[in-house]
Amino acid sequence: MAQKSKTDYKKIFLLGIFQENPVLRLVLGTCATLAVSTQAVNGIGMGLSTTFVLVGSNLVISLIKDLIPERVRIPAYVTVIAGFVTIIQMLVQAFFPSVNDALGIYLPLIVVNCIILARAEMFASKNPVGASIIDGIGMGLGFTMVLLMMGSVREILGNGTWFGIPITANLIDPMLILILPSGGFFVFGCLMAVMNLYCDRTGQKRAELSCQSCPAASACSGCKSCASKEESPVEEARVAKAELEAEVLEDQAADKAAEGKEAEDK
Amino acid sequence: MEEKLMVTSSPHLQDKASTSSIMLDVCIALLPALICAEIIFGVRVLLVTGVSVAACFIFEYLLNMITKRPQTISDLSCAVTGILLAFCLPVSIPLWMVVIGDFVAIVIVKGLFGGIGQNFANPAATARIVLMLSFPVQMTTWTAPVGADATASATVLDMLGHGTAGEMPSLWQMFIGYQGGSLGETCAAALIVGGIYLLFRKVIQPHVPLAFIGTVAIFSLLTGRDPLVQILSGGVMLGAIFMATDYTTSAITPVGKVVFGIGCGLLTCLIRFFSSSVEGVSYAILLMNILCPFVDRLTRSRPFGGAKA
Repeated sequence: MAQKSKTDYKKIFLLGIFQENPVLRLVLGTCATLAVSTQAVNGIGMGLSTTFVLVGSNLVISLIKDLIPERVRIPAYVTVIAGFVTIIQMLVQAFFPSVNDALGIYLPLIVVNCIILARAEMFASKNPVGASIIDGIGMGLGFTMVLLMMGSVREILGNGTWFGIPITANLIDPMLILILPSGGFFVFGCLMAVMNLYCDRTGQKRAELSCQSCPAASACSGCKSCASKEESPVEEARVAKAELEAEVLEDQAADKAAEGKEAEDK
Repeated sequence: MEEKLMVTSSPHLQDKASTSSIMLDVCIALLPALICAEIIFGVRVLLVTGVSVAACFIFEYLLNMITKRPQTISDLSCAVTGILLAFCLPVSIPLWMVVIGDFVAIVIVKGLFGGIGQNFANPAATARIVLMLSFPVQMTTWTAPVGADATASATVLDMLGHGTAGEMPSLWQMFIGYQGGSLGETCAAALIVGGIYLLFRKVIQPHVPLAFIGTVAIFSLLTGRDPLVQILSGGVMLGAIFMATDYTTSAITPVGKVVFGIGCGLLTCLIRFFSSSVEGVSYAILLMNILCPFVDRLTRSRPFGGAKA
């Protein structure tokens, strides 16, 4: 039993890094990714801060998931997340003021980073505490890994430095576009292509997200699996017709039965 | 499936034209401009163009090998991309920057979106923009035509936009390409010859170039600028005749083509006249490439005898 749960943890951890990597596979938290990944050191700072918040919020939300009423769960999650973001912001301000300056508004904006809310909604609110913590660590490290890779590529090619150390600046001219937002999209797309190639080659299929795990499911009526919730006019007409036919059949059966009785009586 | 493939109304004519024959025609049409550029800017033109074409072939070959797609280098489309990209670079550009531009054009813009016929934007125009944003200094170091007194020269658009010192070439000099600028875009006469060859061979239709150039002329007139100077300077001719007419990234129906051309011309003028950038042809083409699916949807032609859409 213990052996089995251990392998599960490993799988949950690796899901966050490769198969369900929050940025490259689930495409969450894109805004923060593109904005802070101009330098490798920013990527690490942002990634680790997010990991801390993710682990903390997953832990607490998994603990209190049975206490939160279904209808107010999103405000409750955001309150929990905001608490952890405040903690990490104060810590970063106190111990890494330069990172705080570089990240700027994106550090407090972790509150609305959709990776964290998505994991709370999709994972922590349905799974036990241990699995939720591992999920938080896996997703957080997956996010950190992508930010570090994007930050490294953009900093080395766009600025000629890596973690502030000159690498290529004296050899070739840096490609300034990679520091600009458009260059961020280029690197993002290329990394996504590489990750898709890797996952396809190793047979890791993209997770099929069902409507139950989708935060927007209540507002969405376009997809087929949700269509049964709201009955379409065509569906109503079909049901009405079937009911009518059933009634007719019943009437006929009753008539026949009555006829049979009459015949018996005679 | 057939519904998705048939986009124009009948009749559908069959023709022997293949991708490689069309691309060969485009290459032939680009030759006069290449020869003129060689005369105007010197032998380095051939070096830059040669490196660009070779790099395009190598990148396409390698990408097809890595992604295990059928080998498509024989369709010559990468030769066209290579020549077009070289045409919108300054002569003095370092060769490794040319190779980076080819990488962006072939691998990122074309290859990653599925190869020939799948790219949503013109590879050469996009690669030029990437190079322009990456290496602004090298991309705007213009060489004066051979025989001129100065060694460095500003383009006509630089002189108009930034008031850079320099003697404005006459209209005739601009027409035959005796002006500063990217190596293949200065000689309007050669580009027009190439365009007429393409029209004659029915490779392109006149809608897009005429709408593009006409819009630039009219908008220049309306805003009190010399329309001939605007048409003959910068990349308008090259863009209108060779880039905006790309099959994959331009509109399909005749009405759509006209809308596409007008949009390109309007955006070019807006960027040239009212933004900090002096040249806007490649941005205009890229933006209209992105809008192209909407243009196609709004100008879909009705099948003969079919109901109103």
